[in-house]
Amino acid sequence: MAITEEIRAKYKPVIGLEIHAQMLTRSKAYSNDKNEYGSAPNTNVSVITLGHPGTLPRMNRKTIDFAIRMGIACDCKISELQHFARKNYFYPDLPKGYQITQDTTPICTGGSVLIKDENGNEKRVGLTRIHMEEDAGKSIHDIDPFNTLIDLNRAGVPLIEIVSEPDITSSQQAYNYVTEVRKLVRYLDICDGNMEEGSLRCDANISVMLKDAKEFGVKVEVKNMNSMRNVQRAIEYEIERQIEAIEKGEKLVQETRNFNALNGTTTAMRSKEAANDYRYFPEPDLQPIRVTQQHVQKIREAMPPLPNFLHTKYTTELGLSEYDAGVITDQKEIALYFEEIIRYTKNYKAAANWVMGDIKSHLNAKALDITELKLSPNHVAELISLIDSGKLSHSLASQKVFPEMLKADESPLKIAESNNWIQTSDEGEIKKLIAAVIAENPSEIARYRAGETKLMGFIMGQLMKKSAGKADPKSAGKLLTEMLSEN
Amino acid sequence: MKITDETIDHLSHLARLEFNGDQKERIKTDLTKIIDFVDQLSSVNTDGVEPLIFMTETENVLRDDVDVVTISQTEALKNAPVHDTDYFKIPTVLKK
Repeated sequence: MAITEEIRAKYKPVIGLEIHAQMLTRSKAYSNDKNEYGSAPNTNVSVITLGHPGTLPRMNRKTIDFAIRMGIACDCKISELQHFARKNYFYPDLPKGYQITQDTTPICTGGSVLIKDENGNEKRVGLTRIHMEEDAGKSIHDIDPFNTLIDLNRAGVPLIEIVSEPDITSSQQAYNYVTEVRKLVRYLDICDGNMEEGSLRCDANISVMLKDAKEFGVKVEVKNMNSMRNVQRAIEYEIERQIEAIEKGEKLVQETRNFNALNGTTTAMRSKEAANDYRYFPEPDLQPIRVTQQHVQKIREAMPPLPNFLHTKYTTELGLSEYDAGVITDQKEIALYFEEIIRYTKNYKAAANWVMGDIKSHLNAKALDITELKLSPNHVAELISLIDSGKLSHSLASQKVFPEMLKADESPLKIAESNNWIQTSDEGEIKKLIAAVIAENPSEIARYRAGETKLMGFIMGQLMKKSAGKADPKSAGKLLTEMLSEN
Repeated sequence: MKITDETIDHLSHLARLEFNGDQKERIKTDLTKIIDFVDQLSSVNTDGVEPLIFMTETENVLRDDVDVVTISQTEALKNAPVHDTDYFKIPTVLKK
């Protein structure tokens, strides 16, 4: 498509996102059949899931607690009294003919998610609501040419739907927002955040308006963006499509569009006005839910540390850089590992460097997750203190000791001692070595003493070689300078 | 309340039902009667009355998060008019 930067700059995109997150419960939202991805088709079902006559739903208490956790993390108001509603529509993967969801009384309202905008500045994206509902089954169109196949394992899997305010103004912000929400649900252990498997799904409401306009443009909903990158691509395409249509004088219609990942475009699915009439009414089969302040407090006290909290702690209390804090808090498991190391060492920068450097490259090279790493955080801390106290040079630590630690997760001090790698800062020992170096390199020593100071590097090298890398360079350097300036 | 042809068309679309010719006239008459009957409720003044949603005062009827196998795949599929060993089968939804 061809719209110039200049035309594009006249418009302001207005974007709101709806994120569905599958809850990591053992059983479904309203029945006790298993909530598990990848089981054989139609094995995780029950008469409730199948919508058989006379069956009644029973609410899973964990879904409520998970939704509250997300609400606390986003600073939402947690509703005290709420009930469920039926959203009615006929589709083959919805056996009951209605979805049990929340309409007028969502469990969380308000709140926000802190993101970075395209310039790296902090921005709060407001939340309209978070409510609980259930997933539908799966229709499979590409196995049997004459039939659509239905797998109801997913039907009834608990979801929370996180609805943002239309605060997002670019595809980059949308990308950052989804990244942040995914990070949050993973930190909270309420959803695995896997967009490819569909456990985190995102729909976008997109419109564009002239920058000085008072009214929003016509809103289009885009579905089927099954990766972070596709969220960004779909929104980018849709912004351009809408601007181009307006510039050509075409009238945009309110509709639902499908994103096609193969060519990066969106195509119309159905027009909104006619098709959607869900006839919501209160679900009589589930009694109302009352959430007490005490219950919210109990959940609040058991909350894991959140990425923003850790990020702030790292940059302010620990003095780490924005970049370091960002890398470490990006994944909860990495952050928790770092947290463990710093229980044993105060050298936070070194701890960060080990995590982001040697440890991460080992994980990458072996395609391991940090939870699979057999390396005790206190041993990493011990390694840091060996370097800091001059007992081990950094290069020996990294090249020799660290690989040994990965093999057996032994104490680095033990490893270094048994391999005779401990540096000596014993003055007598080092002085002996220096005397030998002076004796063996008379001409270089003479030239150095005559003012050719750049020879220091060479002499130091000879000394380190003689000590087999075990002389602590700091004290060795100091002693060497002293002895060379004598006589 | 006036039930028009458009109301019938809209509702039959939502219910995935079809009413043609004479059927449409009959359902229109019936539906008008039903709605008029229920509409008597509107004659009561409900200003300031909170809507009553639940008949009992029970709250928080909750279940622990425990998974249980209650029916087998074979049992799940057996009542469906068309199925194979793994799936329910329905006429193709997507037109190619």
